[in-house]
Amino acid sequence: MSRVGVVTFPGSNCDADLRHAVSLFGMTPVAIWHKETALPPVDAVLLPGGFSYGDYLRCGAIARFSPVMADVVRFAGRGGPVLGICNGFQILTECGLLPGVLLRNEGLLFQCRDVELTVGGAPTPFTRGLAGQTLRLPIAHAEGNWFADEETVARVEGEGQVVFRYVANPNGALMSIAGVSNPAHNVVGLMPHPERYVEGAVGGTDGGGVFRSLAASIGPTQLRAEGANA
Amino acid sequence: MTPGTETTITDEIVQQHGLSPDEYQRILKVLGREPNLVELGVFSVMWSEHCSYKSSRIHLGRLPTTGPRVLIGPGENAGVVDLGHGYAACFKMESHNHPSYIEPYQGAATGVGGIMRDVFTMGARPIALMDSLRFGRLDHPKTRGLVRGIVGGIAGYGNCMGVPTVAGETRFDRSYDGNCLVNAFCCGIVASDRIFLGTTGNVGNKVFYVGAGTGRDGIHGATMASTEFGEGSDEKRPTVQVGDPFQEKLLLEACLELMQGTAIIGIQDMGAAGLTSSSVEMAGRGGRGLLLRLDQVPMRETGMVPYELLLSESQERMLIVIEPGREQEVFDVFRKWDLSVAEIGEVTGDGVWRCTWHGDEVAAIGVAVLTDAAPKYDRPQAAPAPHPALPEIFDTDPFARLASILADPDISDKQWIWRQYDHQVGTDTVVAPGADAALVRIKGTQKHLGFVVDCNGRHVYLDPFVGTAGQVAECARNLACVGATPIGLSDCMNFGNPQKPEIMWQFARSVDGMAEACRALDIPVISGNVSLYNETDGVGILPTPGLAMVGLYEGPTPTIRGRFRSGLDVILLGAPGHGWLGGSVYARQMGLDRHGSPPPVDYTAEAALHRALRRLVAEGVIVTAHDLSDGGLLVALAECCLDVVGGRFDAELNAGALYGEDHGRAIVAFEPGNRDRVLAALMGVPYRDLGATGGDVLAVGGRELPIAAVQAAWGGAFEGWLGGAGSARA
Repeated sequence: MSRVGVVTFPGSNCDADLRHAVSLFGMTPVAIWHKETALPPVDAVLLPGGFSYGDYLRCGAIARFSPVMADVVRFAGRGGPVLGICNGFQILTECGLLPGVLLRNEGLLFQCRDVELTVGGAPTPFTRGLAGQTLRLPIAHAEGNWFADEETVARVEGEGQVVFRYVANPNGALMSIAGVSNPAHNVVGLMPHPERYVEGAVGGTDGGGVFRSLAASIGPTQLRAEGANA
Repeated sequence: MTPGTETTITDEIVQQHGLSPDEYQRILKVLGREPNLVELGVFSVMWSEHCSYKSSRIHLGRLPTTGPRVLIGPGENAGVVDLGHGYAACFKMESHNHPSYIEPYQGAATGVGGIMRDVFTMGARPIALMDSLRFGRLDHPKTRGLVRGIVGGIAGYGNCMGVPTVAGETRFDRSYDGNCLVNAFCCGIVASDRIFLGTTGNVGNKVFYVGAGTGRDGIHGATMASTEFGEGSDEKRPTVQVGDPFQEKLLLEACLELMQGTAIIGIQDMGAAGLTSSSVEMAGRGGRGLLLRLDQVPMRETGMVPYELLLSESQERMLIVIEPGREQEVFDVFRKWDLSVAEIGEVTGDGVWRCTWHGDEVAAIGVAVLTDAAPKYDRPQAAPAPHPALPEIFDTDPFARLASILADPDISDKQWIWRQYDHQVGTDTVVAPGADAALVRIKGTQKHLGFVVDCNGRHVYLDPFVGTAGQVAECARNLACVGATPIGLSDCMNFGNPQKPEIMWQFARSVDGMAEACRALDIPVISGNVSLYNETDGVGILPTPGLAMVGLYEGPTPTIRGRFRSGLDVILLGAPGHGWLGGSVYARQMGLDRHGSPPPVDYTAEAALHRALRRLVAEGVIVTAHDLSDGGLLVALAECCLDVVGGRFDAELNAGALYGEDHGRAIVAFEPGNRDRVLAALMGVPYRDLGATGGDVLAVGGRELPIAAVQAAWGGAFEGWLGGAGSARA
């Protein structure tokens, strides 16, 4: 069965939710403590949401120095699938795996609510078969306002690295960008939380596609029924 | 000489510590000598209203606190109720009113932090937060800043902890102009055979200090929280604690990790009155003495002295007692989480609470003297002058008031608040904020917990007994609307100055009303908190006994919702009511909010209604359930419609029928094909057909309002008042 690493930084708080979602889609979640210096054998690495070091400095600015991150960067360099959600996305931009930065929301307030996203056409391991679809997923962040210089924006748009785009911009992100990939498309970050909407009983099921895609990308799996009340 | 032991105690010093001359005489008597300054400080916090409940304790004993599910009642850090199959729910609500008024963001944040520590101290992982807020008039110059700061503080702390804020309520009244209320609730889940208590175990056990270092913040917070505000209160800012939710998240994970093993004998959080209160309470419960070596306490600042260390209310700290020989396990876990950890003392057999500073004794007081000998007052009570009767209201077109009632600050949409709270983290929130009650599942089981917090201060003001009893009934009704059966209540009693006989009367009558209703509806009170002296310049708040109720639903996750959809039949359950307008939102809009009496409660009818609602939810035969409370029938119908769908309904077009706030009623909506099953589930509860949903107008008794106007009135009012901030580009 495919093994999916979920890193726990000291202030991560969506790590358990992410492991739960991973297991619902037939993959084995592997908890990885941030002080580890090497990744255990895994087929993909996920960085969860939360407040990795309290985020009193820039979000993710300290987490990038966590011992495990050096190996995460090497794993990504070898083409391994890496997904950062919310704070995980912020960490991936801080360590340079993904372009841009996440600024304070326009309006300055933490926002927890549903948004609609369109999925771009980039061939990422997390969006197989989702291109062109509109997903309803929740956001929960105060710093999700994606920003980059003009040159970077042009490159990200031109190279097809925009993976998720808000239908209605909730936070002031440039070009309504909700999620981006690296040029090789194996590293993806997004502000919305797909792991929160994988069961019909709690919110919705539109996040399921991301995990189904990952499962298909990293090996044969047996999917458990979606919407199961675990 | 050791700092704090040489000062001579003068009348002025006694007064500065918030102790009355009589109370100082009592100290001299029970101690048998003069206290030094350190000891006086210790007495001042242990005998403060906040820690000793000296004015309220004799009344609280009248509340029902036991039941077949109650594992731990009031007196511990939080109460615990059995959920079956090895699970238990641990919960409590607590006030942080005075700090939040002085420094809104930090005051509210540390209120949330404190209540979470109370819960995870017991071994429970927090799964849900709620908050109950009270502010002054919208046009009062302080209100807007307090709302922004307090909501920001709750969001900042709760969101970082990764605990969803699933429900809450916010009301406004002129009596809170100078004294806002911030009541925070937390519930956690614990294995019913792995509950941890704040006790000491045997002589020779080791006392550990874990968490954040101690600084000078919050010194005399408990004393401040036990006095009225007057001019100069804003200068008390240094006594407000500063919160660090990241430290608390580490502390939570570290404590729960250590609790997996068997090293811990007792554990207690350092809340109000910090190290003093936590250590004295543990020694009191354990029936032992305690020796604390204060120079070993991890410190954040240089030059701190015993007096400051004992009275600091620095946040994110815990006291842990372990058996000798298990020290390394404690060091290993807390160092893994990069937290301070130090062995600071041990359990002794002489019943004396003793502190040393580099070997010199700086305090030595019998534990029982600090706890059992604390003063208890049966303060005089007097009923206030009767309230003026509610005059007959001549209103030729009550329906036309709907838009302004929907825009009333107590009714209007509070999404601006709860969108700032992460209400989904944990992925168990089945019914989110904005409904009658929240519903949260417990993964791996068929269990779901319902959560509601509420208090109608206008009703309680007009009749503390009936108003509080009605509030118990309403909370249970809210839970029934999501299918949950009440299993316990936590109360947060916010009142004015208890030395005023009218206030003490309000308090005593409110307790009696709660006790009667809880007995009648079979709901134990398992934890709670009392906040007195909520006055500014001699003006008391509306009596506000905040009630947080928890319910249990077992079965497949229900699909119940609070909104209509098209094509449903709608009926009113319960007796039609008498058009009771005393204490109503409608009366307030007419400038008559301190007139008349609140609606009475019929416990038998309430219980029957709740049973029927729970059965309707469990059988899945209804789509929508919503109880009738603030604003009565018309507001309830409007809230079910909003911008989703309209409907045509029958009702008399008089103010009482439209806006009366009689208890014991709810509306439910269902597919017409389910009518027979719905009526069969009512088990004799009276009902009346109201109409059907569809279209885009809310039509009642021949009058109508487009649902776009309903939504605009309800949805735009609160955010519009805040200046639209937070409504990011859409």
